[in-house]
Amino acid sequence: MSTATETINSNFKERLGLRQWIGRIFFVIILMATLFGLIMLAFLLADIVIKGHEWVRPELFTNFHSRKPEEAGMKSAIVGSAIVLAVTGAFCIPVGIGAAIYLEEYAPKNWLTNFINININNLAGVPSIVYGMLGLVVFGRMYGIFSPGSWFVTTFNIPVNPGAVGGWIFNLFGIPWLEIHLPFGRSMVAGGLTMGLLILPIIIISAREAIRAVPNSIRLGAFALGATRWQVVNTNVLPIAAPGILTGIILALSRAIGETAPLLIMGAFSYVPFLPDSIWDQFTAMPIQIYNWISFPQADFRIHLAAAGIMVLLAVLLSMNAVATFLRNRFETRW
Amino acid sequence: MLSQLLRKQTGVNTQLLTAAQMSNLRQRKSADKLVHSIVFLCAILGIFVTIGIIFSLFSETIGFFARPEVNLWDYFTGTDWRPLASEVKSTNFGVRPLIRGTMMIALISGAIAIPLGLGSAIFLSEYASSKLRKVLKPAIEILAGIPTVVYGYFAISFVTPLLKTFVEETLGGRMGFFNALSAAIVVGIMIIPMVTSISEDAMRSVPRSLREGAYALGATKFEVATKVVVPAALSGIISAFIIAISRAIGETMAVTIAAGATPRMTLNPLDSVQTMTAFIVQVSFGDAPQGTINSQSIFAVGATLFSMTFLMNIISNRILNKFREVYE
Repeated sequence: MSTATETINSNFKERLGLRQWIGRIFFVIILMATLFGLIMLAFLLADIVIKGHEWVRPELFTNFHSRKPEEAGMKSAIVGSAIVLAVTGAFCIPVGIGAAIYLEEYAPKNWLTNFINININNLAGVPSIVYGMLGLVVFGRMYGIFSPGSWFVTTFNIPVNPGAVGGWIFNLFGIPWLEIHLPFGRSMVAGGLTMGLLILPIIIISAREAIRAVPNSIRLGAFALGATRWQVVNTNVLPIAAPGILTGIILALSRAIGETAPLLIMGAFSYVPFLPDSIWDQFTAMPIQIYNWISFPQADFRIHLAAAGIMVLLAVLLSMNAVATFLRNRFETRW
Repeated sequence: MLSQLLRKQTGVNTQLLTAAQMSNLRQRKSADKLVHSIVFLCAILGIFVTIGIIFSLFSETIGFFARPEVNLWDYFTGTDWRPLASEVKSTNFGVRPLIRGTMMIALISGAIAIPLGLGSAIFLSEYASSKLRKVLKPAIEILAGIPTVVYGYFAISFVTPLLKTFVEETLGGRMGFFNALSAAIVVGIMIIPMVTSISEDAMRSVPRSLREGAYALGATKFEVATKVVVPAALSGIISAFIIAISRAIGETMAVTIAAGATPRMTLNPLDSVQTMTAFIVQVSFGDAPQGTINSQSIFAVGATLFSMTFLMNIISNRILNKFREVYE
């Protein structure tokens, strides 16, 4: 017994003072690492506000882009972003919630479900620019099926217009809102759907988390009353999960509103001096307009107007984030 | 027959039901079936998106390599990327300068984000009180929500001038306005939250008993954090690193704005470089007509980019799943 203690004592130096000092130094280092990100955030916001605040004027919201920086605005970009976002939401909110319901409530445990899961995780990691290329080929061009002279057009004798915004215009009842253009071309529909595919994995993942957080006893209670699975989901699970799902949707949409690369690849225009007549029109969006201003040689555009545009974009984003945080904190249920 | 089937499915003895109840039950069952198939379609849409990505990227890429002017060998080994040169020859289509520019920015930004992100993850998971964590974590995550075009602006309006003054006046070196370093710095800042939140999740799922065991042996807080928690959460942390690097590889706007458009084989981060993503933007913004060699070259580059990030994501998911099996 005593020999064992002696062996330990001879090999083991406690050095507690030194070890605690190392601990204190480490604490300071990781505290600084944590603060670094926040300090950079402060620098970023301060830099933008200092350079841009004098340029956030009414003209920024009421004018189109102009060669004179003091007259230039981002009206068409704001409207474009709003409509693209509406298309994105209309497409990916129902599909995303549907997929989440399937995976959490209906999916059997088999290879297909497993594959769908892996696939969604991988899609969340695909660079946004790749979605832009997908959108360009699938929505923008539709593999050239509807271009003049393609086998499809010649076989079925479809009336198509040549040119950049050409293709097959299909209108069921003569109502402008029901018009369908094929391919989607460089329109807001194409941009919105591309953005929808981009944020779909985010919506699915967050909606699944919200649905999973609903305790199983609620489901079992409803089943015991004879409800079908859809009745359980519709009347019990979804109402409880709704705040969580909504939070995820808002965060995903705020990601979509700031995305630049996919729209750039899709062929969003940098100069659109008119408001769109319909969702099939060409468009620009806030980040595209900002990128365009950043690439100008004149300092007024490159530094000040770009910063003012960024202030507007960040104001929209941060308020969306604030709403999401509020919803999460206000309606979060603890079980 | 039907009543037996319904009983099997619902556990309801339908012989006890009235006719109205039967029709109600049938209605509810068919509504359930309809919804089942609709939500199933929503879920498998993702598979079609993946197929669509692969098909659209690779069909154009095959068109690119089918051209007599280019070949696969020169594409992967060539060190010159001059797709816009007037003379179209295969040695002008060597993707290595773009890959090198991309990897240089990804590695520098990783070298910034990985230690900082891991440090703040340790702080949030092991040191911060739950109150402090509730404030700090969302604040750090704001960094991830800021659009990349804004980071590009920050790079050229703040980081580059600062670096340029430092390099040229203090060190006496030369530095271009567009350079890989300031792009890498802002990308690094951008991916910090990703490293932080994935590593922190991994560390928080390390069972408390492991920590208390170490404390019982007389370990200090530092020793518990670095010798017990970090090793136990290592697979999650490594997967966070891989995801962050893969995100940096696919990053587009910040590098397009700040790193320039000069594809070159350099290891000097003060030079202007071009990444794969920046090249795709350059050609797309220039509006190359469909079917030309330029518009096809962006798909070849895009397919290369996609393959790299796809591989990294699969590896990191594998590592993450392995780790989940251990503690859950």
